[in-house]
Parts: sequence; structure tokens; C-alpha cells
Amino acid sequence: MALMLVKFDLKKRVKLAQTVWFMYWFAVMAGVLVFSMGLFFKIELRKRSELMDNNESHFLPNLLIFMGLVTCGINAFGGKVCYDSLDPTKFAKWKPMLKTFLVFCVGFNALLLVTALLCFLMRIPLQFTLAEGLRNGMRYYKDTDTPGRCYMKRTLDLMQMEFRCCGNDNYRDWFEIQWVSNRYLDFSAKEVKDRIGSNVDGQYLMDGVPFSCCNPSSPRPCIQYQMTNNTAHYSYDHYTEELNVWKRGCRDALLSYYGGMMNTIGALVVLVTMLEVAVTIGLQYVNSSLSTLANPEDPESESEGWILEKTVKETFTDIMAKMKAMGKGSKVEEGGEAAVATVS
Amino acid sequence: MLLKMNFTQQRRVRLAQGLWLMSWLAVMCGAFIFCLGVYLKTELLRRNEVMENTEIHVVPNILMMVGLASIGTNWVASRVCQDSLDATRFPRWKVLLLAWFAVAALLCCLLIAVVVLSYALQGRLEESLKVGLRNGIRFYKDTDVPGRCFQKETIDRLQMEFRCCGNSNFRDWFEVQWVSNRYLDFTSKDVKDRIRSNVDGRYLLDAVPFSCCNPASPRPCLQYHLTDNSAHYNYDFQSEELNLHSRGCRQALIDYYMGLMNSTGPGVLSVILIQMTVLVSLRYLQTAVEGAMALEDPEGESVGYLLEKGVKETIEDVKINVMTMLKLAQVDPAEASPDGEKAADATPPAS
Repeated sequence: MALMLVKFDLKKRVKLAQTVWFMYWFAVMAGVLVFSMGLFFKIELRKRSELMDNNESHFLPNLLIFMGLVTCGINAFGGKVCYDSLDPTKFAKWKPMLKTFLVFCVGFNALLLVTALLCFLMRIPLQFTLAEGLRNGMRYYKDTDTPGRCYMKRTLDLMQMEFRCCGNDNYRDWFEIQWVSNRYLDFSAKEVKDRIGSNVDGQYLMDGVPFSCCNPSSPRPCIQYQMTNNTAHYSYDHYTEELNVWKRGCRDALLSYYGGMMNTIGALVVLVTMLEVAVTIGLQYVNSSLSTLANPEDPESESEGWILEKTVKETFTDIMAKMKAMGKGSKVEEGGEAAVATVS
Repeated sequence: MLLKMNFTQQRRVRLAQGLWLMSWLAVMCGAFIFCLGVYLKTELLRRNEVMENTEIHVVPNILMMVGLASIGTNWVASRVCQDSLDATRFPRWKVLLLAWFAVAALLCCLLIAVVVLSYALQGRLEESLKVGLRNGIRFYKDTDVPGRCFQKETIDRLQMEFRCCGNSNFRDWFEVQWVSNRYLDFTSKDVKDRIRSNVDGRYLLDAVPFSCCNPASPRPCLQYHLTDNSAHYNYDFQSEELNLHSRGCRQALIDYYMGLMNSTGPGVLSVILIQMTVLVSLRYLQTAVEGAMALEDPEGESVGYLLEKGVKETIEDVKINVMTMLKLAQVDPAEASPDGEKAADATPPAS
């Protein structure tokens, strides 16, 4: 008993072929969409690769680009086959390879689903890459005279202003590193000598943040320096002050930005997968309906279409038997003893 | 006849087909002009708070109107093309075509006017920005006054986004009190000195807000005591270039808007060209088809022209038509009173 059997006459076959051809063109555009999303994601990663220590993995965008191209190719081919299916002479030349093509499509759809799953899962390695990269970035903030790192200050400042964030987890991360270059420190001043003497590494640490942490929505001019000292500023309490600097850490901000992007891409790839499954089923119906004509000479005769020739269980056992036969065949070729026990 | 051309039946068909395609292209161009107008208007509205008047909005308004009108006009042209080769359907467009030519010519003139205006209004835009920015800087500190409480955020975001500082340059901040009195300790000596140092009793600083800071500077931003070289280590006020944004916000905004309008200039000019082409081609099609319909053999050759007589004669004709229309309008009120007419008839025999 075939799976999901449907009876077809000529009119129905023509309508089916036209619908599936139309859907294939949608699927080609969906393939272009997947390709462009992969490209967009790759560009976004490249834009901020400095903040990720040039260490970020481009595996996912490359995979999306590749899948997009293959999707376009497969769907264009499928559309051509559908277009030719209405003409028996043209269809005859496609017929032999159609079964392999359909099996290949099924495998490809599974791969698409895996890609979608990866989109949702790649957030986790990205989190670690970002944490590491941002920590290093902050350490190199002051090195504007070191070749190779001289743009880190500008990159970090622009990023903190654009994403409205400060520091790695929060603004206190800036208190733990020296972000003022030694070139601008007067080592003869008492204050500088005190600060440098106050810690083991001899670093100039202060309770201040760069200007890019300032929040424009604050009602008072930005307080960047001596942030933990309430007496240094009039009418200031650093425990209750909320609008002065950005409260969010940049790791969270970047992660939610990229995470949102990956979630959207993943959802779209799932939709594309569903479309692909639909067109594969449609092509299978076209194939089966054209190979079961009641009267092969008469194109207007009735036929049947199905998804699988037998039920799922029988198809599965058939495939297993075939694989066993292939395995046995190779064993015999090796010149080994025939495994007679399995023959019933 | 002005610029006449001979048209065989095949040429007429080709002209109609080509014109049909062209008029659909012109419809797309109309949509493009409309979108351009909408984009320009939203960009102007975004910075509405630093502009004092809305005179510059006439440019996007005209663009939007012309875009919509051009979509309708060119759609009518495509319908005329479709009907032009059918002798039964073409005559009904006769009356409409004269009005169509007038509207199309008007649209072209409006587009040219837009290009001219976008250059001519630059001075007005600059004035508007000058006053708007001056007010913004003056009300920067009034974050507790309703109606002005967003000026600080607006100016800060503007300075960060356009990489500019102050109205003409950063010194504009030295002349205004931009720190609110709520955050000043009036018992401290420094505050009392500064307030006494000027007539209006304002707390003036040689300092700028944080949004003036340039991220490309190699050293952490210096905002306060800018004119005092000894207040910062290794600092020379005269030679320091990268510390703050050097451009004034007025110049930055004008450059931005002029850049927008300049980049749309070529697009608008090519739309004008396409519209003129549609106009001329439709005139040729109209005259050729009308000529063909008047022949005994409708499939024969006919003559297409731009104007039936020369330019001077056509202008004379138009003048005469307009005068007759005006005269008719003048005579009509006189005809309403029959006595006036009888008096006019009676007087000549008397003399």
C-alpha cells in the first residue's frame, strides 16, 4: 500500500506540474535569500573582528553561503524538470536520474535543518570569543602608539557609543586596568606616584571611565573621573546614580546583537527547509504520476501518484535488505567464505 | 510644420510599443521621485529640533507631489498608447491630450524648479540651523524645564553622530553656561569667582561636554581647562588637533543635507529627460495616428509633427484664442442686461 496515494488525470497532472514549477522559483529566491544572509553575517563578523581578537569562527556564514548556492542550483534544476514534465519526449531524458536526484534532495533538506540548528547553537562559542576579545581590547586601549593596536581605542570608543555599553561586564572593568597611556602621565606628580605605588604591577589605576561610557540621557554633565568619591562632585551619590554612564556591559550588548541576528537567520532557514521539503514531495508526485500511466502510449490516461511506493516500514526493510546485499556482495568479492547463515 | 517625420504603419506600431514601455519606465521614475521626496522629508524631520523654520521642506514637498502626479500622468500615457492603434478607441482621448501635454510640461518645470530651489535655499537653511543650534546650546542645561528637557540629549547625540562640536566651533561652549545650577556648589570659591567674573552672573567654563570628544584622539579626552596648558601634562592648546571634533555642527549639517540633495540631482535630471521624451513621443504618435485616420487608407503613410505651424504662428494663434476667450468673458456680463445692449445699438445711429 503506497504512502499518500492520489489519483491523477491529465488536467490534475498539468496543474501539479505548474504549481510545483512555480514553487521551485520561489525556492530559488529563497536560496538567494539564504546566500545573502550568509554574506551579511560574514560582513558583520568581519566588521568587529578586532573586538573578537581576530579569532572568530567563520564556519557558520561560510556554510550558509554554500547552502544558499547549492539550494539555488538544485531548485533551478528541479524547476527545469517540472517544466519539461509536461512534454513526454523531453521528460524521458530526465527520467533515469530523477530517483537519485530526489534522494539527494532529501539528504540536502536534512543538511539544511542541521544548518538551522547550528544557527541557534553557535551563540555559545561566540560568547567565549567575545569575552576574551573584549578583555584584550580594553587592555590595549592605551596603546595608541603601538603599531597593530593603535586603532583599538577608536574601535572601542565607537563600539561603546554605538551599542550603549561600558566595559566587559559593567563599568567597573575600567577600574581594574590602566587605560591612560604613560605618555600622558606626569611621573613627578605626587598623585601619579601614589597611584602607581598602590598596586603590585605599578599600574596607574583610577576610578574613572573613558568618555564613550557617558550616557547622553543623563540630566547632568557626565561624571567620568572620581566616580566612587561622593565628595568630589556636588549633589552626587554613586550608589543611586543610574543615568550617568551606561549600565550594560559590552559583552551582553554584542551577544544580544549577534544572537538576535543568528536567531532570525535560523528561523528563516527553517522556513526555507519547509519550502524545500514541500517542493521535494511535489517533484516526487510528478515523478510517480508520470511513471504509472495506465496506458503508456496515451498521455491522457489516468495515473497514480505517491510519496513512497510501499509503506514506511516496508521501504525501510527494503533499504536494509539492499544494504545487507551490498555488504554481502563485497564480502564475497574479497574471497571470504559465504555467510550462508543469513540466507533464509 | 515643425520637425515633421513620415510614419509608415510599421513605424507607428513601433512608436506605440516603444512609447508604452517608456511610459511604464516613467511611472517607475515617478515612484522613485516620490520615494526620494519621502526620504528627504524624513531626514529633515529627524533633525527638526535644531532647525528654526521649515522653509527647506518645500523641496521634499514638491518632490512628493510631482512624484504622485507623474505616476498618474504616465499611466494615462500608457493607456493612450494601448488605444492608439485602434481607430475606434483613440478618438475619445483627443480632448484629454491637450490637457495632458500641459500637465506633463508643468511637471518638468516643477522638477527643474526643485533642482534650482535646492541650491537657492541653502542660505535659508544655514540661517535656520544657526538659530536652532544656538537655542539648543543655550538650553543644554535646562534638563528640568518641560519643553526643553530633551535639548541636552538631542545636542549630545547630534554632536556624536555628525562628529561636530558647537555651532561654528567648540568655543561656542565657552560663552554659554551649560552646567545646570542644580549641580553647582555655590559655597565653593571657584564657583563664586566664575559667577562674579561676568556681568550676567553665569558660570562660564573653558570646557565642553563629553559629546565633543573625538574618538580618534590618541589620548583620553580632555574636556575641562582646555585653554590652560599647565592643567594637563604634555598638552599644548594651540597645537592639539585631534582632542575634540574641529568642525562646527552647523557646517556638518549643511554639508550633509547639501550632499543628499546633490546626489539626488542627477536622478532628478534623468527623470526630467525621460518625461520630455515621453511628451515628445506622444505628440508624434498623436499627430501620426490622427493623420492616418484622416487618410482613405488607414494603413498608409502619414506625417507626424510637433507643431502644425511654425513656433511664431502657433504663439500668435494661442494669443488670439486667449483674447477671444477673454473678450467673450467680458461681453457676457454686458449681454445679461438687455438695456445696455439696446443703448449700444441706439447710440451709433444717433451720431
